[in-house]
Amino acid sequence: MTTAAAVPGAQTGKPKPATMAQALGRALRDSMAEDPSVHVLGEDVGTLGGVFRITDGLAKEFGDDRCTDTPLAEAGILGAAVGMAMYGLRPVVEMQFDAFAYPAFEQLISHVAKMRNRTRGAMPLPITVRVPYGGGIGGVEHHSDSSEAYYMATPGLHVVTPATVDDAYGLLRASIASDDPVIFLEPKRLYWSKAAWSPDAPVPVEPIGRAVVRRSGRSATLITYGPSLPVCLEAAEAAVAEGWDLEVVDLRSLVPFDDETVAASVRRTGRAVVVHESSGFGGPGGEIAARVTERCFHHLEAPVLRVAGFDIPYPAPMLERHHLPGVDRVLDAVARLQWEAQS
Amino acid sequence: MTVQELPGAAAYRPTPPPAWKPLTDPAPLLPDPEPHRVLGTDAAAGADPGLLLRLYAELVRGRRYNVQATALTKQGRLAVYPSSTGQEACEIAAALVLEEQDWLFPSYRDTLAAVARGLDPVEALTLLRGDRHTGYDPREHRIAPLCTPLATQLPHAVGLAHAARLKGDDVVALAMVGDGGTSEGDFHEALNFAAVWKAPVVFLVQNNGFAISVPLAKQTAAPSLAHKAVGYGMPGRLVDGNDAAAVHEVLADAVARARRGEGPTLVEAVTYRMDAHTNADDATRYRVDSEVEAWRAHDPILLLERELTGRGLLDEDGIVAAKEAADVMAAGLRERMNADPVLDPMSLFTHVYAEQTEQLREQAARLRVELDAEQDQHDDNAEERR
Repeated sequence: MTTAAAVPGAQTGKPKPATMAQALGRALRDSMAEDPSVHVLGEDVGTLGGVFRITDGLAKEFGDDRCTDTPLAEAGILGAAVGMAMYGLRPVVEMQFDAFAYPAFEQLISHVAKMRNRTRGAMPLPITVRVPYGGGIGGVEHHSDSSEAYYMATPGLHVVTPATVDDAYGLLRASIASDDPVIFLEPKRLYWSKAAWSPDAPVPVEPIGRAVVRRSGRSATLITYGPSLPVCLEAAEAAVAEGWDLEVVDLRSLVPFDDETVAASVRRTGRAVVVHESSGFGGPGGEIAARVTERCFHHLEAPVLRVAGFDIPYPAPMLERHHLPGVDRVLDAVARLQWEAQS
Repeated sequence: MTVQELPGAAAYRPTPPPAWKPLTDPAPLLPDPEPHRVLGTDAAAGADPGLLLRLYAELVRGRRYNVQATALTKQGRLAVYPSSTGQEACEIAAALVLEEQDWLFPSYRDTLAAVARGLDPVEALTLLRGDRHTGYDPREHRIAPLCTPLATQLPHAVGLAHAARLKGDDVVALAMVGDGGTSEGDFHEALNFAAVWKAPVVFLVQNNGFAISVPLAKQTAAPSLAHKAVGYGMPGRLVDGNDAAAVHEVLADAVARARRGEGPTLVEAVTYRMDAHTNADDATRYRVDSEVEAWRAHDPILLLERELTGRGLLDEDGIVAAKEAADVMAAGLRERMNADPVLDPMSLFTHVYAEQTEQLREQAARLRVELDAEQDQHDDNAEERR
């Protein structure tokens, strides 16, 4: 069920460009205004407003107790959030950068993901962990990781990643409202992407777990999410010149996985390429390709291909463009999709 | 040539950077050099006789519980049991010092504290029996799940106490950890958060001498574990962990301090693990009998019994009555633990998410088919036998 929330700070007027960063900030603000149990905590989220300014203004509006600058300690931040959630609060944790979240992995895997299960439902943990992730912004080492496969491999967590300004707002609202822990992966190179937001028009709050077809096509399906969505949409436009009419599916949620939307698309097109920026080996693409193959084998005209980051530690910024899957690499994969009839 | 002889050295006078001053005076935070004691000292005269008798009855019951649970491992009724024999004073005092609305955050060895707080003795053992990770509703008893990873429950205690204070509730959280757990990063982060947030938390370290086989000297170079408190800006208290009256007094002070809004305290209780780490461990590989025997003379039940009988508060009849009450508890525990637990395999899928995902629904259906086939096979076999 899709509900809609009016854009906050609404003043009558024409649509204005809003960035993904602003949409995320508004989602936090609206959630906090609506529900006094929502608390934001993390390093630099208060006075500074976060290093990406997502939490800008929240401490001023809601006070230090609702938007809290914590000591610099990710396990402590997430561990404290567990205790806060045990007492009925709804903590939203900011991990400053993808690779900074690793010290909190034990809390995440041993407690956040399991508390509901080990207490047989008595103690759900409605925690949202916001993780700016991925590369493409010229960040130095440890600032550009795509960690989604680690989170996907842990039962008990939802893994959500928006690719559009509307989804950034709608999915973050839904994640905060969820009674389960959500790893909310923010594609940081899309923070400054823009969409026109009409101040009065409602922005849909999407339920977690639904993929969406961003571009309809008949020749093949590009399955993607987060930072790779714009790459795929651009590739699909470029492919028209080659005679390929590509469909683009934005997963939006990796856990739960929307098998239905993905399989329906691949059954229509008969060919699929999974595109993401994290490493291919042991990465999300392998899981997605397997699921597609299991469900669509008799509809497939070609093996499901993957276009992923190389299986290397995230490279230094001056080389990252060679690592990140770009339009050409996507089109190369599409070209390899056995377009000639097999004899 | 020394530094003083260097050209221009005499002219150099180091000055502190302009803005710097210590945040906290460390002196009041430092623990006393000797562990605090009550039993066998003049201080015992001031102790509440009713409390001492209650501690005694619970200590005897706790010892019996440890013996019974260890016996259950030998009968295959428990997969494993980490005994707290010798540490009962810490366990019981931790439970009795809390008010009903307070929260206890136990580690895996702290079953006794949970039971003394009112948890069903069988529910406390389901983790170790292997049928459920947590056999009880944490909110009902205000006892967090018994925690197996080391020190990870400490930041939870901080967060919960912090949340309660934000809501204006009078709640104190008492978190228990062992000497080995103090080396974990989560211990550090929890203490730091608690002190910065002035959270109403009490950290109780049961220093029982060993982290499985590793002795304290290989665990820390600190003067004592209580000394670690000063680095976080909270008081450290050192107490004789086998002196139930002393542990209760020190914890009561720390809880009262937290309740007054003055922040967390780190309490180190010096005690000894009389049994091996668990029934699966061979303690003779890392410690000598003479050390164990020396501690036997400092047994927590013995200390309290001596005090109570010496002051005419307890006689032979009272001792027998305490033992009998403990035996009744043990018999009930034994009987209920000898019944096979009834488990529903389909419950594997019920509490992973608030709403089951499509993927889990498919997997649950697969298990249902397997279970039905098993049942059919079972029925067929029964038919053949008939």
